[in-house]
Amino acid sequence: MKLAICAQGEGLEAPADQRFGRCPYFVIVEAETGELLKSISNSAMAATGGAGPQSARQLSQEGIEAVVVGHVGPNAAAALKAAGITVYGGVTGTVKQTWQQFHEGQLPVLDEATVDSHHGIS
Amino acid sequence: MIIAVASGKGGTGKTTVATNLALVLAQKIKVQFLDCDVEEPNAHLFLKPELKSAEPVSIPVPQVDRERCNYCGLCAEVCAFNALMVGKETVLIFEQLCHGCGGCAYFCPEKAIKETSRPIGLLERGAAREISFVHGKLNPGEALAPPLIKAVKQTIASFDLTIIDAPPGGSCPVVEALQGSDYCLLVTEPTPFGLNDLAIAVELLKKLHLPGGVVINRSLGGRGEESIVSYCRNERIPILLKMPWDRELASLYARGEPAAAHLPAWGELFAGLGRQILEDERRAR
Repeated sequence: MKLAICAQGEGLEAPADQRFGRCPYFVIVEAETGELLKSISNSAMAATGGAGPQSARQLSQEGIEAVVVGHVGPNAAAALKAAGITVYGGVTGTVKQTWQQFHEGQLPVLDEATVDSHHGIS
Repeated sequence: MIIAVASGKGGTGKTTVATNLALVLAQKIKVQFLDCDVEEPNAHLFLKPELKSAEPVSIPVPQVDRERCNYCGLCAEVCAFNALMVGKETVLIFEQLCHGCGGCAYFCPEKAIKETSRPIGLLERGAAREISFVHGKLNPGEALAPPLIKAVKQTIASFDLTIIDAPPGGSCPVVEALQGSDYCLLVTEPTPFGLNDLAIAVELLKKLHLPGGVVINRSLGGRGEESIVSYCRNERIPILLKMPWDRELASLYARGEPAAAHLPAWGELFAGLGRQILEDERRAR
């Protein structure tokens, strides 16, 4: 299963990012082994609006089945659900550290939005 | 002739200038007043029109026929505003993101999308004595002002003069309000913010090829406004009026009373402004 982790940079050592729609990168790993598959830049990072749905669409096209986020807004949560992508909360430290937490089953599944729209716009 | 009153910075006195101008000019010519600041219309507080009709204004939003849709995802791909999300067995429509362009319905290969309408605000018409009055009221929480501004402007009729009270800023709603005008008054104030945002508004007028002139509100004269005066000189934009700082004017404003109706000296100032605009517009043509 392909797992995406919101990140501020590329690769396993990149710091994880609390935002979903506006995070600069998604680092994609093999969920079972933590092996790095690839890092993709988030096409929605600078979108004028609808960043959440656009990011969800990008992940769906990449064949992602689960994503680890810090927070997720209402449009993004709905879009991820429609795409059949499971959302886990609690990104922490680096991408690698986040995967370890995921692997140990410590990250909660998020069924709905944790923040309001536009939370990640800085 | 259509005159728009804009500013860049908010709170500089657009509505004060627009309403007073309308009142003094309506004594001589037929005036129509459009409050296009639909996010916060307030000209009615000063003109006190009797509103005779109210109609909802809507934008088209997509509706998906589940029988026909094969979830190909093309609609979401062509949507510039990310208002659609196609899942494996669902299509989500984020109506607040939709700009009503119709692209999704146009490109859908299965003809599975038709458009329904979503109300975004209200258009109200009336009259303030001899002034014909129209304004738009955007629903609270709504982000899309331009379609409502467009609807307000569709009421422009053949009056001697139409005055448009534009929203502040320099983005889409302002462009929508200014387009098609013959002249634009820019109201500013002698502060660094006033000048900064005036310059943005001036850039916008250039792009729209719209002639314009400046009104300095809350003027104290002297060094405080030298930077605005020299900016206007460099840009070759006339300063048509300096409205002196006046406690009585502010007090009337706070009570929702137009200065021109109560203070003859201010009536004279605005009448003079009206004459200058008509002259300046003629020169610019």
